[in-house]
Amino acid sequence: MKHRGGNIFLSIDWLTVFLYLLLVFLGWLNIYSAVYDESHSSILSMSQRYGKQLIWIGISFIIITLVMVIQARVYSIFAYIVYGIAILALFLVLFLGTKTNGARSWFEITSNFKFQPAEFAKFATALALSKFMSNFDFDISSFNSQCVNNLFKAILILAIPAGLILCQPDMGSVLVYTSLIFVFYREGLPGFWLWLIVLAVLIFVSTLIFSLNFVIGGLFILTFIGYTLYKQKIVSSLIGLGLYLFTFAIFFIINHWGLQDKYQLHYIMLASIMLVSFVLLGYSFVKRHNPLKYSLIILIGSLLLVFSVDFIFHNVMTAHQQTLINVFLGVENDPQGTEYNVNQSKIAIGSGGLTGKGFLDGTQTKFNFVPEQATDFIFCTVGEEWGFVGCTTIILLFLGLIIRIMYLAEQQRSAFSRIYGYCVASILFLHLAINVGMTIGMVPVIGIPLPFFSYGGSSLWSFTTLLFIFIRLDASRDEQL
Amino acid sequence: MKQYNSHKIYNISAIFIVIGLIYICKLFYIQVIDTKYKMSADNNVFRHVIDYPARGLVFDRNEKLLVYNESSYDLVAIPNKVPPFDTTDLCNILGISLETFRAEFKKAISYAPYKESVIHKQITKQRYSYLQEKMYKFVGFSVQERSARRYEYNAAAHVLGYVREAGKDLIEKNSYYKPGDYVGIAGIEQSYEEVLRGKKGQKIYVVDVKNRIQGSYMNGSFDTAAIVGKNIMSTLDIDLQMYGEKLMQNKIGSIVAIEPSTGEILALISSPGYDPNLLVGSDISINYPALLADKYKPMYNRAIMAYYPPGSTFKPINALIGLQEGIISANTAFPCNGGFSIGSHVVKCHHAGSLDLTTAIQHSCNAYFCYEFSKLISDKKYHRADSAYSNWRRRVQAFGLGIKLNSDLPQEKQGIIYSKDYYNKFYGEGRWSAFTIISLSIGQGELSFTPLQICNACATIANRGYYVIPHIVKKIEGQQQIDSRFIEHQETGIEQKYFAPVIQGMREVCELGTGRAAQVPGVIVCGKTGTAQNPHGKDHSIFEAFAPMDNPKIAIAVYVENGGFGSQYAAPIAGLMIEKYLNDTISRKDVEARMFNANLLTPQN
Repeated sequence: MKHRGGNIFLSIDWLTVFLYLLLVFLGWLNIYSAVYDESHSSILSMSQRYGKQLIWIGISFIIITLVMVIQARVYSIFAYIVYGIAILALFLVLFLGTKTNGARSWFEITSNFKFQPAEFAKFATALALSKFMSNFDFDISSFNSQCVNNLFKAILILAIPAGLILCQPDMGSVLVYTSLIFVFYREGLPGFWLWLIVLAVLIFVSTLIFSLNFVIGGLFILTFIGYTLYKQKIVSSLIGLGLYLFTFAIFFIINHWGLQDKYQLHYIMLASIMLVSFVLLGYSFVKRHNPLKYSLIILIGSLLLVFSVDFIFHNVMTAHQQTLINVFLGVENDPQGTEYNVNQSKIAIGSGGLTGKGFLDGTQTKFNFVPEQATDFIFCTVGEEWGFVGCTTIILLFLGLIIRIMYLAEQQRSAFSRIYGYCVASILFLHLAINVGMTIGMVPVIGIPLPFFSYGGSSLWSFTTLLFIFIRLDASRDEQL
Repeated sequence: MKQYNSHKIYNISAIFIVIGLIYICKLFYIQVIDTKYKMSADNNVFRHVIDYPARGLVFDRNEKLLVYNESSYDLVAIPNKVPPFDTTDLCNILGISLETFRAEFKKAISYAPYKESVIHKQITKQRYSYLQEKMYKFVGFSVQERSARRYEYNAAAHVLGYVREAGKDLIEKNSYYKPGDYVGIAGIEQSYEEVLRGKKGQKIYVVDVKNRIQGSYMNGSFDTAAIVGKNIMSTLDIDLQMYGEKLMQNKIGSIVAIEPSTGEILALISSPGYDPNLLVGSDISINYPALLADKYKPMYNRAIMAYYPPGSTFKPINALIGLQEGIISANTAFPCNGGFSIGSHVVKCHHAGSLDLTTAIQHSCNAYFCYEFSKLISDKKYHRADSAYSNWRRRVQAFGLGIKLNSDLPQEKQGIIYSKDYYNKFYGEGRWSAFTIISLSIGQGELSFTPLQICNACATIANRGYYVIPHIVKKIEGQQQIDSRFIEHQETGIEQKYFAPVIQGMREVCELGTGRAAQVPGVIVCGKTGTAQNPHGKDHSIFEAFAPMDNPKIAIAVYVENGGFGSQYAAPIAGLMIEKYLNDTISRKDVEARMFNANLLTPQN
């Protein structure tokens, strides 16, 4: 190959590097603003977080250099060893780590230098998973024992670090591993499973967060729209919709005027949807109308899941278990707790308007109304000071980076590089989705950083390593590793 | 290479892009469309510290202090800045129960967790000094100094009015008022609200998350200083007012006294009244409903709101209109044979013989005024009864009767004197005559006026032809003069020469007739008794008077419900009031004692 051992500068994907540098620079600007204080205005003030972040960025550049000088195939060869070291670190931190915020997730080497093994486990696991899935005979596209065996082993690679992190406990970092479902999907897992898992998770979470009326109505509308878009038969869809609405109206009227004991709205919705769905299901079996059949089965199944989750949550679980789940989902009724953070965060972002209040001029930011604003809630500073334009730009930059990575991954000759690329893209996306989603109140508050943006050495280094290993692999994209 | 899977990049990208777009839409909504977050951010950061000015004081016409302010303290809290704290300790200091405190705090949270709400009002000075020492323990709480209204005398509640917290409706209508602000209700407190309240000042501070002040906003360029409310001198004579209230104790009714030449209200009594200090501070929430529920309706200001038929007190007005219209002269006499007959109906008289005008007034001759009124309404000048009636009505209204006087007392009522349309509709056009409405001649029938209106009409007679709109405020601090409508003369259109025989008649009422009880030694009192027919019980006793006859200083109207004839209660009370005001000593202690002790509240039949 022409670049082998030669000047890798020529084969580096500079667009990805540029996006990385841009995000790191913007991140630092926002950290500066978030912790800005008139008494410490020098950007090099090492007592302040923006000063420290500059050092972390400097160290990142050293890491980049190291990552880039190592031969691409070394990553493949040492994948399991790196993974093993990470597992060991995760294991040791449970005993030797310092306890902060109720979780034992940090090695404190000096008071100024702390190190979080969970961050490094991300790329270690990505390497190991890539190594395993790039095996020649790796196949998970069907349902035979070979495939199930593969799938089981692959999941085990994720489950070991995830389980150890869960012991710390650090729910946010565990969640990151779920994003690798996209990698499984890309590597042959039938799309059906992807959708089913995504759907089940969404239903589970939204049942506990939103009102039942909303969830049932939403499921019905989604099914209806999905079926209509797929079949593109507007008239028959509308007839079906009419049937649903008519039944609902009759049930509603009977309940409202006819019955002594009134049922709640969601029971009426459920009853009418179920009744019509079963009738239509019978019709679809007789007519062998598969799209309708599957849509209805999914709808009925989803509604049953909604009600079983709701029932189990409210009638089977103890109050203590309910609280645990609520805390996990961020459904907490403590104005000074989670809700307060989200409120203040939404206020900060919402008050930014179209173009923001300007750099260093955000009042929410300046007067520390949002907790953790330099770390997990850094996106608030973007929202308040740079407005909708700034937020959109950041989201588009991230999406651009992620899609660029996936695009590059598809160009790889080696399956190891491709799978690793997808791991990077999936991990970055999950961080983006959860971090931004929580600041605007669309996702429960789960403490995970915004890649390259949030203050903190460990996370910056881990994301840098994660990304640059891929850039290094990509620079040798024509090699068979 | 599993190239057959390479299309999946599009599906995965699509999922990522869709989620990204959902976030962008949500961001667009909260950042660009929904404005509530901008307000919340301002509420977070800006602390508006309101500087409440002291409300203006009210004095009586002799510079006696009537209304003043007393310091009190309100405990306020910004709920979302309150960390868990020793609630029991705070409740002990405030002297309230935990439940009360929790309820108030909950209310504050539901109002706005990020805004200041009053948790407990009107903390006494002792409790405040104790609280102040421990204030550091109660983060998120602060104390606002406010002033509570105090009324020096247990009198004149209806005239002075009261203040209470601005209600929801007012806050929505008038942006000056914010929850917790006080506003004048009724009386002077209401009609001179803008003068008395002054202007709130405001300082805008920028605070951080711990509610620590970080500096003033824009260097204080939006700050405003409070302007203290202006003091007011009322036209009231508090001694006369209190004397009148004492005379009216245990009676239902009203007294209005006016200085005729200026229209200044000297006393305005509605009985039974209430202690104005009942409606002060937090007590208002207990006392107000109790006063409302009282069967004698102490909150109801009869002096300006109650309708009574004027009865015979109306006769001098009819006499003056007759004179001006040329229907009668001072010497005109009508035969009176104990009444005036319309078919089988007789308007009865309590005397006999034909009388001239002066004597007719003195004897309150019903027949005389029936003749006069029927002549007036049948006057050839006007082709039909209804146009004659309209002319008469216009002349009555020129005395301020049946129209809103437009005084500075809120809730003043206009009285009843129907237009011709009412009779045209009731009887049919052209199908009614003087005889149909003959009771109007003696102040009965479809006539109803307030005590204030009758007193003002009496002042008009005292002035021989004009009145000044009655008013309660004499001077406002910092203003050259009061509203010009309280200075201008309202002319009646009755020439001055016609007043002499009528006033002579009224003088004789007090010297020889039904008003003898109103005599005051050394003063010529002119008056007229009246008896308002009361379908629900004993008639109401009415008396109107002014004194002295020349250069009158006081005009007065007295109403005693269920007091019987005007001579029984109203006349002696009017006499005592006049004596009190003009001489400042009471010579007829026996009359005074009888009036003090009379109790007309006990149920009678």
